[in-house]
This record gives sequence, structure tokens and C-alpha cells, in this order.
Amino acid sequence: MAKYKNHILVCGGTGCRASESEAIASNLNASLSENNLQDDVQVVRTGCFGFCEKGPVVKMVPDNTFYVHVAPDDAEDIVLEHVIKGRKVERLLYVDPETKEHVSDSRHMDFYKKQLRIALRNCGFINPENIDEYIARDGYSALGTIMEEMTPEAAINVVKDSGLRGRGGGGFPSGLKWELTRKSEADQKYVVCNADEGDPGAFMDRSILEGDPHSVLEAMAICGYCIGADRGLIYIRAEYPLAIKRLKIAIEQARDYGLLGNDIFGTGFNFDVEIRYGAGAFVCGEETALIHSMEGLRGEPTVKPPFPAQSGYKEKPTNVNNVETFANIPAIFLKGADWFKKIGTEKSPGTKVFALAGKVNNVGLIEVPMGTTLREVIFDIGGGIKGGKKFKAVQTGGPSGGCLTEDHLDLAIDYDGLLASGSMMGSGGMIVMDEDDCMVSVAKFYLDFTVEESCGKCTPCRVGNKRLHEMLDKITLGQGEEGDLTRLRNLANVIKDTALCGLGQTSPNPVLSTMDNFPEEYQSHVKESKCPAGQCRALMQYVINSKLCVGCTLCSRVCPVDAISGEKKLPHVIDSSVCIKCGACIEKCKFGAISIQ
Amino acid sequence: MSKVKNLQDLKKMRDDLKGKITLREKSDHPDSLVQIKVSMATCGIASGARDTMNYMVDELESQAVDAVVTQTGCMGYCYAEPTIEVTLPGEKPVVFGQVDTKKASEIIEKYIKNGELVDGIIPDSYETIDKK
Repeated sequence: MAKYKNHILVCGGTGCRASESEAIASNLNASLSENNLQDDVQVVRTGCFGFCEKGPVVKMVPDNTFYVHVAPDDAEDIVLEHVIKGRKVERLLYVDPETKEHVSDSRHMDFYKKQLRIALRNCGFINPENIDEYIARDGYSALGTIMEEMTPEAAINVVKDSGLRGRGGGGFPSGLKWELTRKSEADQKYVVCNADEGDPGAFMDRSILEGDPHSVLEAMAICGYCIGADRGLIYIRAEYPLAIKRLKIAIEQARDYGLLGNDIFGTGFNFDVEIRYGAGAFVCGEETALIHSMEGLRGEPTVKPPFPAQSGYKEKPTNVNNVETFANIPAIFLKGADWFKKIGTEKSPGTKVFALAGKVNNVGLIEVPMGTTLREVIFDIGGGIKGGKKFKAVQTGGPSGGCLTEDHLDLAIDYDGLLASGSMMGSGGMIVMDEDDCMVSVAKFYLDFTVEESCGKCTPCRVGNKRLHEMLDKITLGQGEEGDLTRLRNLANVIKDTALCGLGQTSPNPVLSTMDNFPEEYQSHVKESKCPAGQCRALMQYVINSKLCVGCTLCSRVCPVDAISGEKKLPHVIDSSVCIKCGACIEKCKFGAISIQ
Repeated sequence: MSKVKNLQDLKKMRDDLKGKITLREKSDHPDSLVQIKVSMATCGIASGARDTMNYMVDELESQAVDAVVTQTGCMGYCYAEPTIEVTLPGEKPVVFGQVDTKKASEIIEKYIKNGELVDGIIPDSYETIDKK
């Protein structure tokens, strides 16, 4: 076996692959062979590093140099300079946005400093397509230890003691769920992994499956042993081809090693996993809808109880956990419930993965201990607001969550804290907004999504959300009337109280939370027909300042609808009734005479 | 591929496979390990730096010394190639010159394992911009 002196880790997550990280890896290999170094240096394709903003990312081991924005053409330089001459390729190093200095070591980057990776422990570290690397990182030894040394009840107690709560959004205690499923008596039980990640902008489950699929398989087998199930099903959306491919490889490898299949670890325990594909409906992330979809029925939720723990897939007891929840399980068994409980807050132990997106400098996938404040996430890890603009709001919990303001920045993130402040944890989407974002439009955007994704089974969600959306539309068009805001709030509350499943019950949250936190913005849309953020086109007015206008006629010539008139060398005027607010005149004006009001 | 029959089997497998990724594990906390930089510019390689490096990697591993061996560029001591820089945890870096495999073995035995200095140290006679 060749003994490698260096490893070059190339990010193989979907984001970096889209930016040609495959070509980087093959160019590196080509260049290494050219220089006869193929036995000294190993190129490893890993899962997501999380720093997607700076992708494609390449990390050099053992000296821990972190290269960002790498292009396939840079491969040769990395080999010639870094590997052969031992000189860092300066131009590919990360530049600290504050000090403007090159930072070569990922441990010194603000983006990584405050992170603690449990669910993502192997992402960006191992080759996800190689079970050996997972085993070398203590993979499957949690499963082995439990099966040889623990009773299912004792193992369930470990999960209960750890205080782990469902990472899919609801925050239900996982150990309790396992216990309930264990107690249901039946000839057949199922373990289901919910990989139907649907929040706009959230991609943590995909990254875990792409970067560390074995951790989920191992956890499912542990769960199967604990609850007494011999079959596992992964419900994954078909839009995740790379995650599916890596899962399939992982399942095959685990079967080859006898870690899935019959008589695992010689204990007589059987467990196997198969993949079920979802068509990508948001509601199928709800566990009863998910189960129906797997049964070949319409993806519609049903009233609970009965809970899946009593009657789930094919009316058998079924334990449904989300990907991130499962990814935590092996680590909890390896390190102990007490270790896990010490991380995070009292009621929400452990860490949470967030997909940080929107108007922050460092977009990416991060994992922080519960109890970290929003300020730390947005300003320290996220590097602050893009373009030096002012922070306005952060949306958490996806279409079911709410918008939090500057006043909430020092809020410690955990399930209960977010709920108390009018938002929720959700699956971990975190979208940051700046002063240019109109909160009414934001609420409308999320409602757009829920209207589209409503399964149509219950009236409050199907009709109610549509009406909510129409009212918001009216307001953003400047046609809002006195009383609209009261009607909006009433209807939102009715939907919340009467909808059948989680989707409907939470769909008015973005509306309610923006109304609570930004009442003045709704008021000015309705009462003054003005959009303070300058986003609602219908409410904008293009005006020419007659003192600055010299009458050069440039604007009137560029206007596509002939809304601008005036004599040469005299100030021009814009006819608002004709103007379509395309902005072409502003771009052309050399005197800064045109403005939006 | 043979099946994993029991937990012991898996543990043995893990220990055999660990070597594949120890390099990566170590790079997460190099400050707590012995760090060795081997000067591997053209002149260093011509004087046998690659042999020195290979020897150090193998020897440290077989003696189970936790160390990170990396290559670096020319250190400027052309008269003393191959040169290596050794940093023990919490200590200042020390540069050794004319390190062939014999010298390397002496450095490992005396300096790295016992903290005793050996002949051939190149004194640190310059200032770096960090210190300024």
C-alpha cells in the first residue's frame, strides 16, 4: 500500500461540484502523476466543508492550509508550489474581510472558530464513498458496542438521558419516541429516515447524506435494534441525485461488510435499509404524509393520534426521525449521554446545523452549540451583512417560522427560545435580511410557497392561505384599505387554530411575526402607499429633480414607454401613470437628477 | 471483502484502517504534536531531503511518536542541506543542518524523544517580520 505523506481534500458537496470541483480533483491527480508524486500524495473527495460562499474549497493535510475559490487551472500551481516547493499559493488563501490579511489555517478563520461539529463531524474529513474511512473514525463501533453490551431498553435510556430532540423542526424528544415505538407490540416495525428536506434554502440533510451517509445508516440500525425493527426506509427527494448515489454506495458497502443484512455482528439481529423516493412535495416532510407517500398514496397528512409510533407505515409501528437527528446518534453512544448534555442549553442539548443564507458575507453550512446567539451566528460566523448594509431581520424555521429583529440578536438559539420569540427552529434554514428587504414582500414570498405546497386536504390551509396571499398582494400593490390589517391578522389566527397538520398550522407564522415585529412597515404600505424598503414596485415613484435636470433628453430617449417629456434644455417630467418603473432612466442620467420616492 | 463478524473484528479493522486518516486527524491539532518541516527546494531534494523525509515519516510512525511531517521551501541554509526544522509542543523551533538518515535517527532519539540537543543546530540568526 502506498503510504501517503500528504492528503489533498477536495470538497465534493453539490455546491462545490457545481463549480467544477471534480475537474480540480482530476487535474490534481494528473499533475501529481506528471511529477511522479502519486504515491506520496492522495487526493480525497470529501463531503461539504460548509464554507460554500468560498467554494470550491481545497484543504491541504497535514499543514491544514485552506484554499478557497479554487479553479481547475489552479491544480497545477497547488502541486508545483505547495506540494513540491512547500510554498503556500497566496492568491488562493482566504482573506480575512476585516484585517484584509491572508489566513491559511481554517482553525483561525472566524467562520470556523465558533463552530462545534457533531452531526457534521465527518463532513469534509472523510471520503463518503469509502466505508473504511468511516470505520477508521470509529464508525459502526457504537452499533457493535450496543449490540454486544446493551439491552435495547438500556440503549433507549441513553438517548433519553442525552436529551436529544428531533432536529427536523418539532423538537420532540427522540428517546421518548423510540420508547413509544418499542412499547407498541407488532409482528413488524419500521425505522424511517426523513430526508425530505423542504425548507427553501435549507440543505443540511443533503450535506450530511452526501458527506457522511454511513452515520445515518449506523444510527438507523441502532434505532432498529432498540425498537425491535428489522427494516429501515429512507425517504429522500428525487432532487438529491448525489445524496442518493452516495447512500446507495454506502448501503452496498455496509452489506458487503455484514454491517447491514442478516446476523449483524453475529448477534442474530437482522436489519436492512432501502431507499424510497419522494417527488419533492413540502408536506411530505410531515411524518404522516411521508408515510402515506411511501405507501403509494397521496402525500396527505392525517390526524394524530394514532401516532406513527403506534400505527405508521402499513399500519405498523414506525419510528420516523430526520437525517440530522440520526447523525447525532452514533456520537452520543460513543461519547456518552453526559457529554452530549453538557453541550448546548439545558432544555436543548447538543448542537444544531444551520444553512446560513441571504445577505451575509459567509453563506454556508454551520453547526453551533445550542445557546449560541443570533448575533454570533450572523456577525461572527456569517461575517456580518453584505456590502456594509444595516441588519434588518433574520428568518428562521423556513415557511413555518418567523422573522426576528435586531432586538432578538442576543437571543440564545434553542427550541424554546425561538418559539417564545415568535419564530421556531424548524429544520435550520436561516435567512438574513438587510435594510433593502421589504417585510411585507418577505411574508408574501413564504406564503407563495405554502399556497403552492398546500396539499389541499383541509379548507383552512387550502382556501385560507390563498386569501391571505391575496390580501398581501393587494397591500404590496398599494391597494390596501383600512381594516385589511385586522382582517389579515384574524384570518391568520383562524388558520393557525384550525388547519389539519403542521404545514397549515404554521403557514401564517411569517405573516404574523412580520406584523408583530414590523407594524410600521405594514402601516406605511396601507396608509401612505409607501414601501419603506423601496422594494414594492407598484409603490415606487420615479421623480426628476427640476433643479438638477439640464434637459439633455437622454432619459426621454431611453424610456421604453415614452413616459418622460420635456423641451430640450429644460427640466423634464415623468408621467407616473405611464411609467413602468424599469429604472432605465436612472441608469442613463448623468446628473443624478432622477430618484425613487 | 470478508464480513465483520463481531465487535472485536470491527475494532481490529478500525485499528488497521486508522493509519489511512491519522494524517488528517493530526492536522486538526498540530500545536500539540511534534512538527517537523523538511526543506524540500531543489537543492534540498538534490542533497537527499526526500530520503530524510521518508525516513522520518516511517521511523516516527514505527516508534509511535505523534508527529506531523511536512515539506517546506528553501530555508536558505544551502551549505547545510538537507535541513529540517523541529518544533516540540510549546517550544521554539530548532533548525538542524546536514540531516541524513543517520542524523535523523539521532535527532529522533535524542531531541524529539528526550529533549536533548544534538550537534548540527543552526542558530536562529535572523528576525522574522512577525517579531518586528
